[in-house]
Order: sequence, then structure tokens, then C-alpha cells
Amino acid sequence: MMSGPLSPNSWHYRELNARNPGLSYLSDGLIELAEAGHPVVAGSADLQYSNGLNKFAKAYPDRYIQFGISEQNMVTAAAGLATCGLKPFVATFASFLGLLCCEQIRMDVAYSAQPVRLIGHHTGISLGFYGTSHHATEDIATMRSIADLAVVSPADGPQLQAAIRASADYELPIYFRISRGRDPIVYEDGVTFEFGKAVVHSLGEELNIIACGMAVHGALEAAKKLNAAGRSVGVIDMASIKPLDREAILRAAGSAKKMLTVEEHNVIGGLGAAVAEVLADEGAGVKLKRHGIYDEYSLIAPPTHLYAHYKLDAAGIEDVALGVMNG
Amino acid sequence: MSSPGGSAALHGQNDFTPTAETVAMLKEKAKFVRLETIRLIDIAKTGHYTSVFSAAEIFAALYYDVMKIRQGEPKWPGRDRFLMGKGHAAVGQFPILAELGFFPKEWLDDYTRLGSPLGDHPDMRKVPGVDFSSGSIGHALSGGLGMVLAQRFTGETYNVFALLGDGEMQEGQVWEAALSAAAHKASRLIAIVDRNGYQLDGKVDDVIGIEPLDEKWRAFGWEVHVVNGHDVAALTELLRRVAADTARTKPCCIIAKTMKGKGVSYMETEPGWHLGWLDPEDAKRAIDEIEAREIG
Repeated sequence: MMSGPLSPNSWHYRELNARNPGLSYLSDGLIELAEAGHPVVAGSADLQYSNGLNKFAKAYPDRYIQFGISEQNMVTAAAGLATCGLKPFVATFASFLGLLCCEQIRMDVAYSAQPVRLIGHHTGISLGFYGTSHHATEDIATMRSIADLAVVSPADGPQLQAAIRASADYELPIYFRISRGRDPIVYEDGVTFEFGKAVVHSLGEELNIIACGMAVHGALEAAKKLNAAGRSVGVIDMASIKPLDREAILRAAGSAKKMLTVEEHNVIGGLGAAVAEVLADEGAGVKLKRHGIYDEYSLIAPPTHLYAHYKLDAAGIEDVALGVMNG
Repeated sequence: MSSPGGSAALHGQNDFTPTAETVAMLKEKAKFVRLETIRLIDIAKTGHYTSVFSAAEIFAALYYDVMKIRQGEPKWPGRDRFLMGKGHAAVGQFPILAELGFFPKEWLDDYTRLGSPLGDHPDMRKVPGVDFSSGSIGHALSGGLGMVLAQRFTGETYNVFALLGDGEMQEGQVWEAALSAAAHKASRLIAIVDRNGYQLDGKVDDVIGIEPLDEKWRAFGWEVHVVNGHDVAALTELLRRVAADTARTKPCCIIAKTMKGKGVSYMETEPGWHLGWLDPEDAKRAIDEIEAREIG
């Protein structure tokens, strides 16, 4: 039997919201929509503490549906809900949503053009030592190839909330690829988001880095250091992977002859591939380095150790960028 | 047409028995479904005759009696919904949807031709009156569950019918949906299993057996009924009863015992007819038999 109070340093799963402040942006975005009279409902597959939807469920218990561990059922049921005029947001780990539910997403959501919002959280290798079963380094590739499905990879919580706000006027389905709520904040609250529009932080003369998701923060930090050392490196946040801002990519190609894409995803089929397609289509004549996970399964480690190992943090991106510029 | 079965009051307090006139009308509609299926598959030169024939009476009873629908208004929010897990039977559904004024009958004449909205499987994006797309077996019950759950938020009341194949019972997602529907007390969800006994590779019970099917559904928390799916009177009465039963707290499963290929004797004994085409002489034999024979 337990005796005495527990140490304040101990924690359990239901306190994840307090530990990962970034988690609340998802629920905050949905609450904002609900308060504005938007027909939003939310569903989760036994992960409401992991994705922070417990906050929405508490605020709007009648608008929350617990599906249990039945992700495929949840996605198809969301399509059914959407046929009745609702805007369902359904969430589970990106590894399950983008891979296990790929066919339900194509068939029932995208092919049927239902305005379902799919929230794939803990994407990339952010689940660290939980291992490959819980990693999603293929979800951009699978989701990007599905017609009529938008793919959005916000850099942080404020940008996620902005994208949720923007989704109110977006009639097609959306796959949101988000991280674990502990990522460094890039944008201020109240930032705006537009589907198909990149955030061009700066354009460089030597190199432009195009990043998405958690890699945006590292890319900005790396560019700051490199520019302080006299180099000329620009950064573009390509949160809207589909629709893709082709014009921003071509502007970057016009300003520097070297380009680097950075993503927490396999270098096959992801953001780098999307950028490469545009450059090839347009004959842009730019040397492109696609940086990410090099067609392999991640090692086991805490997430921050993995980001360092795979050069997806600021120091790693700086190192890769130097290699591209000096190569 | 607002079908009479939509309101229990029209049938009296507790009497859901269809009149002889209604039964005769529904038999004609089932005949119409079979004949149109032969006509349309002849355009495509390949199709699922027998999957439609086992469900012809189910189609007729639902669309021409039980379901609350409005002719010419496929998007009416208060309508009963119909989903097909066995989407390959869409060729039997399209003539009904056209007759209900959901799209021009001329569309049928170009069935499966380049650019036609009408293919082997139903597409809600292209075909007015199709409530949910189908083609990947196992999704329909989940989609129907979503439509029932939506009532909590929209305030509309309607029944959702999901016609499932018996081979479809082998799909895992069916049982995810079954468990979930019972947990959510989705009492307006009515699954109809077309228990025709066959799938592509042979008898369902030989491929991957599914019995005892009624016990499975019951164990998953559903109210279960078993009916002869070709007995128009019994089938219609049961469907009317479960549609009107607002006291039920569980979702409802109807196991319709049917015969694959019912109505054309040379198909009834040959499982290979799951997919095929009839040359004009054999088509005539089939048409003659359908016109002459009384089913149900």
C-alpha cells in the first residue's frame, strides 16, 4: 500500500496537458470554432490526454465522441458525420492515421470530398523510444498523393490554431500533421494561416532552407547563426504542403542557386520531394539537398536525442546547411 | 413520393403488416430491379447479377415502402439514409434512384461508359441519392454510425440502413463499428446482412465461416432478427417494425436469408455467376424467367 504523499516530481499520464503546454492549441482552436457557431465535433481513439482533446471534451462534452481503439472506424464515421453537415476533427497518432487509416481516408473522406479534419499527432520521430510502430516518417508521402486532401504541417501551436481557424472556410478535407506539444514556439498567438501560402521568413543569396513542422524552428536558428557569421541563408516555412506554394519555391530558386529542405520525414515522398517536383517541372536549375530521415527506420532514443542524431535540430541543420553551401 | 412506411401511424398502432396491394407492388419493383440489372450489365458487358438478385426484395421494400424519403430531393436532411457495404450491387440501386427522380433516367443508358457517373460501385460525389460511396468492403457500418451520431448534433431524426454482404462479415472494421455502435447506443442504425451464402471464391462458410452469425451480433450488443429476405410480406413487416421502434436502445441487425442469383434458376446453382455477362440468348432466358416467376 502507498503511504504518504507522492513527490511533486512524479507525474502521470493525465497531467500531460500541464507538461506539454503546446497540446492545448488543438483544443483551443476547436473551442474557438465552436464558440463562433461552427458545426465542429471532435473524436479521438483512446488518446484524448495525448492529443489534449480532453480540454475540448470538458468544454463541449456533447460535441466529443470517444471511439476507443478503432481508428479506421473513427475515420469512416467522421465521413458519415460530415455528410450530415458537421465538421469533424478526429485525432490519433500520425503513424496510425496516415498509414493504418490511409484507405479509409482516401475512400470515405477524400474521394467523397467530405470536410473531415484529420489530426495526426506525435508525427515523425517525436515518439522517440516508443519505436518504429509509433513513428510516422511516411505520412506526408501517403497523404500528399491523395487527391483533394490538403496536407498541413504547422511549425508550432499558434500556427496550428491559425490553420484550424482558417479551416472554417475550407470545404475539402485536411490532414494536419502535428507534433507532441513540447516544440519550441516560432510564432506569436494570433498569427494567420493561408492554405497554399508559404511563410517566407527571408530569402538568401547563397542558400534557402525550406522546412515544415518542428524543423522550422531549427532552420530559423541555424540561419540566424550562419547569417551572423556572414553567410546569406533564407528560410521558408512550408506549412501548407498541399496545396503547395509553387511561386514561393520559384522565388527562392531565383534568389539562391542552392536549396535545402528539412523535414521530420523520409526524404522519399515528403516535403523535399514536393519541392523537387516543382524545381524539375520548371527547370529551375537549383542544386537541392533533401534532408530528413534517409529511407531508414529511426533508432530508439528520447526525441531530443534523435533530433540531434539525425541533424534535425538547429545545430544539425546548421551543419547540413554548411555542407550544402561549401560542397 | 414520401413512402408510407416512414410513419408507424400509417400502419395503425401495432400493425405493420403490408396490404396485399403493397406486397404485389413491391414484388413488381423487385422484378424491375432484376430486369434493369440485366439491361445495364449488358451495356457494361460485365457485372454482378447475382449480388443484386439476392437483395432485390430488400431494395424494393426499403426504397418503395420503408424508408422516409422525398422524391426528387436526394439531399433532404430528414431522410432515412441507405449505405451499401456490398457496393458491387449498385447496378440494382441506380434504376431505383432514377425512378425516384434523383437523377435523369437517361443516365442509365450510358451506365459505365466513359465519363458516366454510374460505375460498378456507388459514388456519392457523382450520383444524387447515393448517401455514401462504397467499393471497399467493410466501411459502410462505420459510415452509417457517423450518420446516426450526427443526429445528436443536428437534431434531425431518421433511420440509417446499412446493407452488408455476408462475406463482408470477414472484414475487421465491421466489428469495430458493431462494438462502437452498441457502446454509443446507436439505436437508429439498422444493419441488414444479405446472407446469400456466397462470396467470390465460393461458399462463405467454406472460405472463412461466419456462423453463428446471430449470436455474434447479439454478443456485440445488437438486437437481432432473422428473416427470409425474399419473403416480401415478412421482410417489409419486419423492416417497418424496426424502423418505427423508437423504444429500442440497441442498434438492430437483420439477417436476411437469401439466395445468390435468386430469380434466374441457372444462376441460383452456380456460384461462378458472382461476376459475368449474358449473351442475348441467355439474357432472354433470364428475362423470361424473371417475368414469369413469382418470388416471395
